[in-house]
Amino acid sequence: MRPGHGDIELAGLCKSYDGITNVVDGVNLKIPDRAYCCFLGPSGCGKTTILRMIAGHEDPTAGEIVIGGENVLGLAPVERRTAMMFQSYALFPHLTVRDNIAFALRVRGQSRLERYKAVDLMMEKVRLTELADRLPANLSGGQQQRVALARAAITEPRVLLLDEPLSALDEQLRVQMRQELRRMQRELGITFVHVTHTQLEAIALADIVVVMEKGKIKQSGPARDVYAYPRDRYVAEFLGGQNIFSGKVEQVGSDHLVISQPHRTGIHVGVQADRRVGIGDRIDLAVRRDDIELMRATSGEPGGGATALPGRVLAIEYQGSFVKVMLDTIPDEEFIAYVPERTFFQDPFNVGDVLLATWSAGRARILA
Amino acid sequence: MTAVLERLDVPMVKSRRHAAAPRSDRRPWTFYALAAVFTLYVAALYGPMICIYILSFQDVRGGLVFPMKGRSLHWFVDLFTQVRTGDVKGSFDRSIKLAVLVTVITLVVSFLAGLAFRRRFIGDTFVFYLMIGSLVAPGLVLGIGIGLLFQWLGINASWYTSALGAQLSWTLPFGVLVMFAVMSRFNSAWEEAARDLGASRWQTIGLVVIPILAPGLVAVALFGFTLSYDEFARSLQTAGSLNTLPLEIWSMTLNVTSPSLYALGTVTTIVSFIAIGVSIGAIVLINRRRGTGPASR
Repeated sequence: MRPGHGDIELAGLCKSYDGITNVVDGVNLKIPDRAYCCFLGPSGCGKTTILRMIAGHEDPTAGEIVIGGENVLGLAPVERRTAMMFQSYALFPHLTVRDNIAFALRVRGQSRLERYKAVDLMMEKVRLTELADRLPANLSGGQQQRVALARAAITEPRVLLLDEPLSALDEQLRVQMRQELRRMQRELGITFVHVTHTQLEAIALADIVVVMEKGKIKQSGPARDVYAYPRDRYVAEFLGGQNIFSGKVEQVGSDHLVISQPHRTGIHVGVQADRRVGIGDRIDLAVRRDDIELMRATSGEPGGGATALPGRVLAIEYQGSFVKVMLDTIPDEEFIAYVPERTFFQDPFNVGDVLLATWSAGRARILA
Repeated sequence: MTAVLERLDVPMVKSRRHAAAPRSDRRPWTFYALAAVFTLYVAALYGPMICIYILSFQDVRGGLVFPMKGRSLHWFVDLFTQVRTGDVKGSFDRSIKLAVLVTVITLVVSFLAGLAFRRRFIGDTFVFYLMIGSLVAPGLVLGIGIGLLFQWLGINASWYTSALGAQLSWTLPFGVLVMFAVMSRFNSAWEEAARDLGASRWQTIGLVVIPILAPGLVAVALFGFTLSYDEFARSLQTAGSLNTLPLEIWSMTLNVTSPSLYALGTVTTIVSFIAIGVSIGAIVLINRRRGTGPASR
């Protein structure tokens, strides 16, 4: 196998089908070699188009695609040394598992003996040996995925592109195949670019998560950064796990701001170096649902620097390791606290209880 | 609450009773009525044909009507040896050659049209309606028109020129329509996957597109063959001096008064059934080799 160099650079990448609207609109991104990168966004945000442009199945309207330091525009997929795993896999229905995997070697003109030797090795690697003579129609979803993976991997690509690879599977299998993908990525030692609309999938798998909206990158970075420190309301809402609300800046202190809302006042937020705000500005705030502590309204005020907002319990959902408590703390916005299961059942709340939702100033974040 | 439940319950009980009805031992009268209609239909469809097949196996005393006189293959021998019955062997030969020619052209053109019509192109609806037009045009008139045109151009009408063209005006639209249905189940991701794995355009067609479409292509070929093999209206004015088989049979009905006419009917039917049998056999074989066939992903 030739050495890696599967780092990808997208520069000013644009794609337009009608010459008016850009499906992909000026995307700049660097994906390091051997990284697992997930493009995350709702359908129609341009993520699949980017994938197909990297694969060479679609030509960009403007911009450049560089793989391993080499501009690959105009090259065929094989010359780019990329391989794609299609949504619903696109296995050839008339070929057995062995011949599906051998296809790339067959079109290169390798003899049957030669290619079957390579294929048998590959099938062993992905545990398909017993299924070698089956046809795709007689395989389960998970097995089909393994065949698709093997068929793509046999070309010895430096980049593997996966288009919604788990969407054809049921929930349980999805979690299982997720691990399999990660394992394969480590074993093959190549760059994986994976497109999905499921945030759980993206943060579970990716070294780099790229959140997209309407053809533009909203935020990209390590999974934890994107999840815990979303840059704006869109990213925070898409990744979930945050309570988001807006308010007006009332006071600017040395280490914290005080924000008020039509319905609630005295919300404290730590000053962030990267966000300059002045009195009177309207800003969006995010507080992680698991950072919120609930206490009975009668048990007194919390300590200094903390925000405490009253609210009535609207609904309670048991989730196993935690309990999801929905409150009307911020009217017109969803407000949810994740209470650890053991804590909750020491003193369970009921629907209709009035509680104080508290968090320290440092836990609230200002969104762009 | 109970009132609501009761109200909900009424239609549920009703529907259950309805659903249970066909499962009971007695069938409704409509079953017998429809079965009678179907029996009549089948009898009317196959009865006359079967009469002809039976009467073709009479011996030398045989006539054109029942009762059956003896049993032999006399009239089949007569068919291919006697000159007075007409040029059966020659017309049969021509019809088969013409049908094969029509089949090949229909297959190739329909396949290419099927590939082309997956994308929109300028004038695609016009081309489509033009094609449907030739399907609905009265065959006899179309045949006369082609005959006239050839005469005007000073070209001699013959089965492999004007009749071929006339038959294609009939088989091509059919073939293309069948191909549309076949292509609707073709996933273009297969082609893309082939390209992704390094296949050239020709390799993609040869190793992926044609093998996946094979059962559909067999169906198109079968259409082409059978439509050509018993085409009459369009060939009548375009076949020139040498007859195709349907034309020969027609002329025989005018002047042959022996059961060899029936023997010819039996032979042509057998040929048709062989063509259909081979095609269906091929489709079954292809589908068996790939599990459940192209319908599955």
